[in-house]
Amino acid sequence: MSIGHALLGLLEGGPRHGYDLKRSYDERFGQDRPLAYGQVYSTLARLLKNGLVEVESEPGAGPERKKYAITDAGVSDVGGWLARPEKPEPYLQSTLYTKVVLALLTGHDANDVLDTQRSAHLRLMRDLTRRKAGGDLADQLICDHALFHLEADLRWLELTAARLQQLAAQVRA
Amino acid sequence: MPTEPLLTAEDLHLSFGSTPALDSASVEVHAGEILALMGPSGSGKSTLLHCLAGILTPDSGRVTYAGRDLTALHDNERSALRRSEFGFVFQFGQLVPELTCLENVALPLRLGGASRRAALRSAEAWLERLEVSDVADKRPGQASGGQGQRVAVARALVTRPKVVFADEPTGALDSLNGERVMELFVAAARDTGAAVVLVTHEPRVAAYSDHEAVVRDGRVRAREYVR
Repeated sequence: MSIGHALLGLLEGGPRHGYDLKRSYDERFGQDRPLAYGQVYSTLARLLKNGLVEVESEPGAGPERKKYAITDAGVSDVGGWLARPEKPEPYLQSTLYTKVVLALLTGHDANDVLDTQRSAHLRLMRDLTRRKAGGDLADQLICDHALFHLEADLRWLELTAARLQQLAAQVRA
Repeated sequence: MPTEPLLTAEDLHLSFGSTPALDSASVEVHAGEILALMGPSGSGKSTLLHCLAGILTPDSGRVTYAGRDLTALHDNERSALRRSEFGFVFQFGQLVPELTCLENVALPLRLGGASRRAALRSAEAWLERLEVSDVADKRPGQASGGQGQRVAVARALVTRPKVVFADEPTGALDSLNGERVMELFVAAARDTGAAVVLVTHEPRVAAYSDHEAVVRDGRVRAREYVR
């Protein structure tokens, strides 16, 4: 998640103070991980250095009273970010694959590895499903995104479970 | 879980010809809980559901419902039990095509001896609850897949069964329709206190359960309580 781009995007609606920006970010995107103030100000400092935002100081105000505005360069940076696809990252499968292979190599029950992981995934999916039921449309869409990703992992777990004998023969050969 | 299970399968074996479908399968279902039976195609999960529901009789092993040995009952006793205590939802609604949706929902009550008027009134309430009042007077063939499944859920719950058996209830629906069916189904089952045995290979459907049991090669693996 590019916090810089998210903050820039929020600034497109008009100049804001840092704390206002943080609140707006947390409301929209920070359900699981609200931003720390330090992170907001360090990100804004970087954006400022790169010419993507500028400061509209208020007379007699301290640093926390600075109002940030997006620049033209910032607007086109957000446009470029939105146009670029995110790199699909199959990171979890790699870790799980390593665990399954190591289980097979070390004489552990690889099915247990898969079962344990399935339970953990389903537990999280249940939480998300419940959260969805009690949430608004934004909650539903955010939870759905997580649910589809977890489902993809689970499909991989099932496929691997079905191919475990084959994999065992191969890694032990 | 401290309470006695409502429904238990113990060490079930069942073969179709020389093909083993269940190989020492055991599982417990507690009152009011939603249990997902997961597993790949051909793993035996539907066969296990059919045994739990008394539709199939295992070659050996025992199915106990509320202290009664289902495998020892006569066919007509088992049928009576299925009609009064169990509800069913299948992948393709399996509604009676000649009856309207309303009459389909009223049917189990009529078979149980309710008057036509009382049965239709109750069926109407259930269609409303499942948000498909608008298809009440239509035949199942004139309803969409999602509407048909909601009618099927209404029919399964109209008798206020103790256990609902659902075999891939959203298998023929797209994500959005499937999700709505599950939301309404689970909420209604929880309200009536019915236990649900849910066969599914879809993790997002299983996520509506309280916990899962995974069936593989005719055996149950990985049963975890979360409540």
